[in-house]
Amino acid sequence: MNKITAYIATCLLVVSIFTACKQERKLPFYGERHAETVRDAAGIEKIDTVYQTIPNWSFLNQDSIVTTNKATDGKIYIADFFFTSCTTICPTMHRNLMTVYNEFKTNPDVMFVSHTIDFKYDRPHVLKKYAKKLGVDGPKWLFLYGSKDSVYTLAEKNYLVAVGEDSTAKDGYIHQGYLVLIDKDRRIRGAYDGTKEEQVEQLKKDIPVLLAEYKK
Amino acid sequence: MRKYIINSIFFLFIIGIIVSCQNQETIDLQNYMSNGKDIYKAKCQNCHGENGEGLGELAPPLTDSVFLKTNKNRLACFIKNGANESLIVHGKEYKEKMPAFPELADIDVAQVMVYITNSFGNKQGFVPYSEVSKDLQNCK
Repeated sequence: MNKITAYIATCLLVVSIFTACKQERKLPFYGERHAETVRDAAGIEKIDTVYQTIPNWSFLNQDSIVTTNKATDGKIYIADFFFTSCTTICPTMHRNLMTVYNEFKTNPDVMFVSHTIDFKYDRPHVLKKYAKKLGVDGPKWLFLYGSKDSVYTLAEKNYLVAVGEDSTAKDGYIHQGYLVLIDKDRRIRGAYDGTKEEQVEQLKKDIPVLLAEYKK
Repeated sequence: MRKYIINSIFFLFIIGIIVSCQNQETIDLQNYMSNGKDIYKAKCQNCHGENGEGLGELAPPLTDSVFLKTNKNRLACFIKNGANESLIVHGKEYKEKMPAFPELADIDVAQVMVYITNSFGNKQGFVPYSEVSKDLQNCK
């Protein structure tokens, strides 16, 4: 009898250890960070970590309407940099991103933001035509046009994606194919190579994890 | 009896030639297919997809066997020089410009063409490099 009790106790202990180890998965924070002293609601001073955030922006969307960062308020979104006449990595990136879009298009908390880096040719009406041909309609996926300076600075300083003009490249521009995941507080929570299917699959798994953080 | 033996040896010889000819073509086809696949991955797959499914209305699928057959002599030109006209594929109109690939040699064009016309549900058989060269000279 004693033996059985001891056996059951051991089993319970083992099970409880295993469940205790299973933590909720949380996404990392990317970019620079620094410590800051803040006062909480009760007025007690404490040190908190401040993460890099995406600054305010304002661009024209595919309907030629001025769109600002307000459009993404209260949403998580996936940002990327591309151009419509790109024949190298962009078609693959957007083919893969389309699968993400189709999976989350009914979720009101998820948005998609694509910035063009071709400031010469990709005017809003070109972006509109591109979006339509890709099979995207509506404000859930923004295609944004801005000046070279504003877009390139945003890409390199804030989204940490390298972009540039390059006359030796086949299409005139070079850029990285990252899909950058931004949370509701405008912090970078993930970067996935949009040309690699397995990384895009990971993105699909990470979006619900990030959304779960806000469901408390 | 002797005549019979000589005749049968002669026939076996002829059959042997035919069989080995077919083998050579099969070998060529396999060769073109495997090289063509590598070229397809590097140059075509971005837009036309891993399984030739195309991309929205931006890039047409490569699965329309009827289109491939009726435009047989123009395929090599499309591959090398791109396309700047509207094309009807699977009953849908595609108007986007296809880029040129001047870096492809005639043999590369032939290999990728054979790969496309014998993949994704297409089965149009082998086309030798010499024919593709001729097609390329007649490009508009």
